[in-house]
Amino acid sequence: MRPTPADKTFRDRVKELSGENIDLCFQCGACSGGCPMTEEMDYLPSKVIRMAQLGLEDALATKTIWVCTTCFNCEVRCPRGIDIANVMESLRQLVLRKKYDRISLTDLSDEQLRTLPQVAIISSLRKLTA
Amino acid sequence: MKVAYYPGCTLKTTAKEFDLSARAASAALGIDLIEPPRWNCCGTVHALAKDDVMHHLAPLRNLLRVEEMKDQGLVDEKRVVALCAMCYNTLKRSNQAFNTDSDKAGKVKESMNNEAAVYSGGVEVEHLLETLRTHGWDKVSARVNKPLKGLKVAPYYGCLLLRPRGIGVDSADNPKVFEDLLKSLGAEVVDFGYKQKCCGSYHTVYMPEVVADLGNRILTQAQAAGAEMVATACPLCEFNLGDRQAEVLKKYPRFGSIPIVYFTQLMAVAFGLGEEETALGMNKPDPRPLLREKGLI
Repeated sequence: MRPTPADKTFRDRVKELSGENIDLCFQCGACSGGCPMTEEMDYLPSKVIRMAQLGLEDALATKTIWVCTTCFNCEVRCPRGIDIANVMESLRQLVLRKKYDRISLTDLSDEQLRTLPQVAIISSLRKLTA
Repeated sequence: MKVAYYPGCTLKTTAKEFDLSARAASAALGIDLIEPPRWNCCGTVHALAKDDVMHHLAPLRNLLRVEEMKDQGLVDEKRVVALCAMCYNTLKRSNQAFNTDSDKAGKVKESMNNEAAVYSGGVEVEHLLETLRTHGWDKVSARVNKPLKGLKVAPYYGCLLLRPRGIGVDSADNPKVFEDLLKSLGAEVVDFGYKQKCCGSYHTVYMPEVVADLGNRILTQAQAAGAEMVATACPLCEFNLGDRQAEVLKKYPRFGSIPIVYFTQLMAVAFGLGEEETALGMNKPDPRPLLREKGLI
């Protein structure tokens, strides 16, 4: 897991897509402490930020980036002013833009399509499909 | 006062009770919510990736419709009220991006240049809770003829009504707009630690069991604090905390049940409006037995 020169582009792409200066993070863990989804994650949000800082593309293979609900609890808690939800989005986008779909609308039954609120269906597709 | 009102998709389908009660309760205060003659999807989630300009077009087109309404004299101001927390957040954030990022605004205008009109940026986006706060809690109180006396209600904010900073309707750390409204209706406000915790949002589609975990935690906390009912301001929160109680019970058999209502339904009840306006028959679980027990309906 040692960073290689090629990883610099990954770091740059995360910074560019998220618009966040991830280097400001000093690993206080406030984002992870307030995150409502950590039980479902394989790596805590603060660890994923560290991976991105180090240019480790392993961040793209975490379950964490897909479990994030973009509730912005981390954004209001970060003492360094990093919008971590934006960073998670940039990581998802780096995967989705290679024509990856995390979920598929065809997996839903007629019953689900009838009863689920539209806002849930549309936002899950917006967040989790290419 | 005539104000433009953006309902969004869900208020026309699975959350009709929110739409019906909001229109009726607002009208009772002299605030007429006027829907644009045509509108489109708000996009549901804000485009967080910095290069994602395309997804700003849908929300901004809706704001353009509001500008047209003002020009046609259908509404008094260039202002739009949203009810769904996701619509509110998406419309407000795109509007802010358009007004503060000239590069982004330029690209948006370029993309809209073959449309009949281009958005100017002059519309204000607000949530109905903000409209009511501006209107004045004393005026809301004055309209109440059936105070929600003895009804212990926990306000649930969720995420997108309060976050990110600079977008929310109130302080992200110590909000009080929801509490103020419930107090002005005569209810007993119950504060609880999870009122700003996420309900699981869109994960309800593919991970309902996780949403059940979050629902169990949020609702158990509310009950432990003494709440008999939870009030929300978002159709997705209402679904995840209300309809999904069936999933919570499957996973946590000891969990009982607690009614979830929209704040506008409580306004309609406190204003003494009829069954069609309170629209209480559509919520799951049914809030009517509790309200009958309290002598409120």
